[in-house]
Amino acid sequence: MRREAPQKLTDYGPLVFPAGMLITFFVVPFATMIAVSFFKRNPSGFYTPDFVFENYARFLSLFFGKVLGFSLFLAVTVAICCIVLAVPFTYLLSRAKRRTQVLWLVALLSILSLSEVIIGFAWSTLFSRTAGITNLLVMLGILDQPVALNPSFGAVLTAMTYQALPYTVLVLYPALVRLDPTLTEAARTLGASPIKSFFTVVVPALRNTIVATLIMVFIFALGSYLLPQILGRPQHWTLSVLITDQAIYQSNMPFAAAMAVFLVLVTLGLVALTVIAGRKGEAA
Amino acid sequence: MSGLTLQNVTKQFGTFTAVKNVELTVPHGTFVCLLGPSGCGKTTLMRMVAGLDLPTGGAIKLDGKDITNVPTHKRDLGMVFQSLALFPHLTVGENIAYSLRIRGVGKEEQKKRVDELLSMIHLSGYADRPVAKLSGGQRQRVAIARALAISPKLFLLDEPLSALDAKLREAMQVELRQLQQRLGITTIVVTHDQREAMTMADTVVVMSGGEIRQAAAPVEIYRRPADTFVADFIGMTNLIDFNADGSGASVLGASIPGLAVPAGLKSGIISIRPEDVHLTAPGNAPVTGTVTFVRDLGGTIETFVEAGGKQLVAVSMPNARPDVSVGQSVGVQLNPGDCVVLKS
Ligand SMILES: Nc1ncnc2c1ncn2[C@@H]1O[C@H](COP(=O)(O)OP(=O)(O)OP(=O)(O)O)[C@@H](O)[C@H]1O
Ligand SMILES: [Mg+2]
Repeated sequence: MRREAPQKLTDYGPLVFPAGMLITFFVVPFATMIAVSFFKRNPSGFYTPDFVFENYARFLSLFFGKVLGFSLFLAVTVAICCIVLAVPFTYLLSRAKRRTQVLWLVALLSILSLSEVIIGFAWSTLFSRTAGITNLLVMLGILDQPVALNPSFGAVLTAMTYQALPYTVLVLYPALVRLDPTLTEAARTLGASPIKSFFTVVVPALRNTIVATLIMVFIFALGSYLLPQILGRPQHWTLSVLITDQAIYQSNMPFAAAMAVFLVLVTLGLVALTVIAGRKGEAA
Repeated sequence: MSGLTLQNVTKQFGTFTAVKNVELTVPHGTFVCLLGPSGCGKTTLMRMVAGLDLPTGGAIKLDGKDITNVPTHKRDLGMVFQSLALFPHLTVGENIAYSLRIRGVGKEEQKKRVDELLSMIHLSGYADRPVAKLSGGQRQRVAIARALAISPKLFLLDEPLSALDAKLREAMQVELRQLQQRLGITTIVVTHDQREAMTMADTVVVMSGGEIRQAAAPVEIYRRPADTFVADFIGMTNLIDFNADGSGASVLGASIPGLAVPAGLKSGIISIRPEDVHLTAPGNAPVTGTVTFVRDLGGTIETFVEAGGKQLVAVSMPNARPDVSVGQSVGVQLNPGDCVVLKS
């Protein structure tokens, strides 16, 4: 459908409300944060308006570089784990009976209702030595004695994947349901086993959806700051943890704001790179 | 024996039987059309041959080997789907080469075969186009080429031409038939267009309600239908009740001398094609009727006659145009040799 371009100022009327919401709740806070990131910290009080780069300068150290690197690495790993698990799962789900589909979707939605804190403590219990899953392995005779699985990188990764998986499935689900089932049938008649047809037809046909989902989970995981603290060692803390720490416990708002702005910029840069790479791949 | 054999093949969905005890032999290199009304189980039968659905009973054999439980990808077949199912993320050439790539054929050889197939379907030079940028007829050809890339043992097409306009469809029918004859490949086509079936097939299989009603050559199906369903479904026909006693048979109150009725059959139905119904002056034929409508189509003339409470239709060519008008009384000539006796 073709629509006429707005002619008069009043034609923009319907935009007033969303624009107002966006400005009040997104542009203003974000602008404030950018401004604060250039303010000068006042050790005795809070901060004083100024225009200094020292918050950013302090950030350019090996320590923060490592934290930033780890945060990005963790988010990418979580995103890849989610995609690797969710694409085959959602594909099978979309081909299952209606009842099975509803049951699984309800179960996944109920995970969404759990708060990050509950997820964190549930997994820390499951990974503990005294009450954790290793006790089951001992009972099955696989292990000699129960061990603690947290704090560790694996524990952080597992819990964050668990938390992000329902989002991944729910985003992929509509695209997979819409995928023409005769495509895989055609692949099978042409000599591809079901697994081969999944990798040569389903995955490539859904490339754009998969890349978009990857970016979504990546950004989602980048904001996680509770799970790394509950389940990880200090070297597993993400930039989000440090930002929270600076903002709330050290009362260093300008520095926290600078880190947040930097994180946003890096994220935007990575997303842009992914999109450009995707375009290139498309054209080739 | 070489070719495809279906033995007592049955498919049930829950309590519903979509295909019932189908027996069919398709000799190597023949062209078979499955023909029947919507929902009669044509697609289901073809999907079982392809291995996309498993029969609930019976056996499917290809060249003497039981393939009932062989998975689809090991059957070496080519199939064209009604929706075509071309891969949207691949170019024309990549679509056609898909089955070769899956089998690990070398790049050079793939390219050679793709070029060969493209020239066969008159689309040389289209290899690098995205499939989305093709017309309906071109896509059709690409789907056919893709299915033929490995020279399959069996070529299956489910309503391959239904999405095309009438003119293109007729041209493709002829092309498909010529292609099949050149390659000598065993081919099964599902259609519900009887003209299409008559144009292409060596054997037409008429189905209804999940069962095969008749499987025979097109002319045979037309001239010697096995039952009233087939007679009515294939072309136009007149179905008329008859009564028989020991001495002869009578139709519409008049006796037809020479009509051969199986011994012991007391009543039944005869089928007579409209072009075999001849109109004469009243009194010259045993049956008399009244003309109710004349439809002059230019190429043929259909005359509707009411006789003995039954509506009959006669078709004649323009050069034998009957000189009749509506309301006129005419004699209806039914030659016993043109009547097919059917069990009712
Ligand atoms: N997966 C299924 N589950 C239940 N019933 C089915 C299934 N597939 C087909 N049927 C039923 O089996 C019958 C035959 O279907 P089929 O698709 O073979 O018909 P068809 O002859 O190909 O018809 P059309 O000409 O409309 O394509 C139909 O009544 C249909 O409702
Ligand atoms: Mg069908």
